[in-house]
Amino acid sequence: MDLANDLWNWLHEYVQFTIYSGVKALSILLPLFIVVAYYTYAERKVIGYMQIRKGPNRVGPKGLFQPFADMFKLMFKEIIIPTNSNRYLFIIAPVITFAPAMAAWAVIPFDDGLVFSNINAGLLYILAMTSVGVYGVIIAGWASNSKYALLGAMRSAAQIVAYEIAMGFALVGVLMVGGSLNLGDIVNKQAGGIGHWFFIPLLPLFFVYLISGVAETNRAPFDVAEGESEIVAGFHVEYSGMTFAVFFLAEYANMILIAMLCSLMFFGGWLSPVPDLVGDGIGWLFGKTAVFMLLFLWFRATFPRYRYDQIMRLGWKVLLPVTILWLVVEGIAVYFKIGPWFV
Amino acid sequence: MFAKIHYYLKSFLFLELLKGMSVTGRYFFRRKVTVQYPEEKTPISPRFRGLHALRRYANGEERCIACKLCEAVCPALAITIESEQREDGTRRTTRYDIDLFKCIYCGFCEEACPVDSIVETNIFEYHFENRGENIMTKEKLLEIGDRYEAQLAADRSADAPYR
Repeated sequence: MDLANDLWNWLHEYVQFTIYSGVKALSILLPLFIVVAYYTYAERKVIGYMQIRKGPNRVGPKGLFQPFADMFKLMFKEIIIPTNSNRYLFIIAPVITFAPAMAAWAVIPFDDGLVFSNINAGLLYILAMTSVGVYGVIIAGWASNSKYALLGAMRSAAQIVAYEIAMGFALVGVLMVGGSLNLGDIVNKQAGGIGHWFFIPLLPLFFVYLISGVAETNRAPFDVAEGESEIVAGFHVEYSGMTFAVFFLAEYANMILIAMLCSLMFFGGWLSPVPDLVGDGIGWLFGKTAVFMLLFLWFRATFPRYRYDQIMRLGWKVLLPVTILWLVVEGIAVYFKIGPWFV
Repeated sequence: MFAKIHYYLKSFLFLELLKGMSVTGRYFFRRKVTVQYPEEKTPISPRFRGLHALRRYANGEERCIACKLCEAVCPALAITIESEQREDGTRRTTRYDIDLFKCIYCGFCEEACPVDSIVETNIFEYHFENRGENIMTKEKLLEIGDRYEAQLAADRSADAPYR
């Protein structure tokens, strides 16, 4: 033990920091990968059950090893690079989508103080990171040298940009009540039971955020980017094997991120709904996140795909005015210090 | 005016979306209808039209009299028959081929047959591994008929009251 301690102290301070950060990052990312893997399994099971099917149940007991079977299949599949495509951009595009989706997790607090990097502009950082993902989509569509991929990329980009704005405005509402850009502070501001959570004063903004979150991740019913009946698979038609898997991973990581942000910003994160009976804890955050993750799947099993012009109409002409209107209402409430939330 | 307020109220309260989600939510707990195929199978009607067979009479004599009605009625031209006189003076087939790639399993051959010789069994799980195996020869058809005679007779008697 002494030897290990000596060895650790012998290392340069920067090396220590790098190792320490690496371990911290891995302890977030590895569980995330496992959750993503089983989220895909849960998706197939839940949608199957809602369609009175049984879903995957062949690989392992109750199909529990299905994600691993899928993973190995994707790993061993050939990566086909289309002719006349820009092969460097083609390979880099999934990484550009994937890296920010992972990086956004750096500022997510899992419990009081349990956060990878406690920066005070956390909300801004998350907005920035989730916006960078769209570059990967555009580059993927362009580098594929395929009209379907390009059309899918265009649709996806326009959609993400449109909903980004409503989403950003919804978050403005959160930081007006929270009084901080730091996610930990925002959660701590909601302390004191279910009545103090932000979803009550910000109910319209919560719904706007949830809807834009679904649209932002290109999930049903806003999945026109990969509308199978219209443009095959959208921006990732030409991707196969691991490159496709990376897109897939990014999409699901983003869904989990949105679900977790919902529970952090509107539903009190790790805070217990009745603090007098049950204590706070990381379990509450995971439970709330799981509910929102289930909602994503439930939406997909229920709603038919939006038509493209209707998506644009909803984003620009419904969600945006609703958010701005509610920001005005909220501004008045904050100015006159109305209610228990705006003190 | 009232209709407009009603419309906005309905869409902003997500009433129809919630209705849809309650439907899928209820179906989540429904009994599942999946049939786990290799282990479980759906019941098969006695009228099922699967792989073909040529039947024999109880005394072992083949039923087919080479009338070629099945060949004539076959819409896919899948049946090829050649015939000649046997030593005892009866007309018999020397060749009775069904090309399973052409066959559309319509069951007309079975309908046309005056002696219930060509029939379709309820076998639907079969495959070919080499070229040419798709041609069912007379020998193969008779062998299938011999092997599944009990099933074939039972199916035909079950359907007899309705014919």
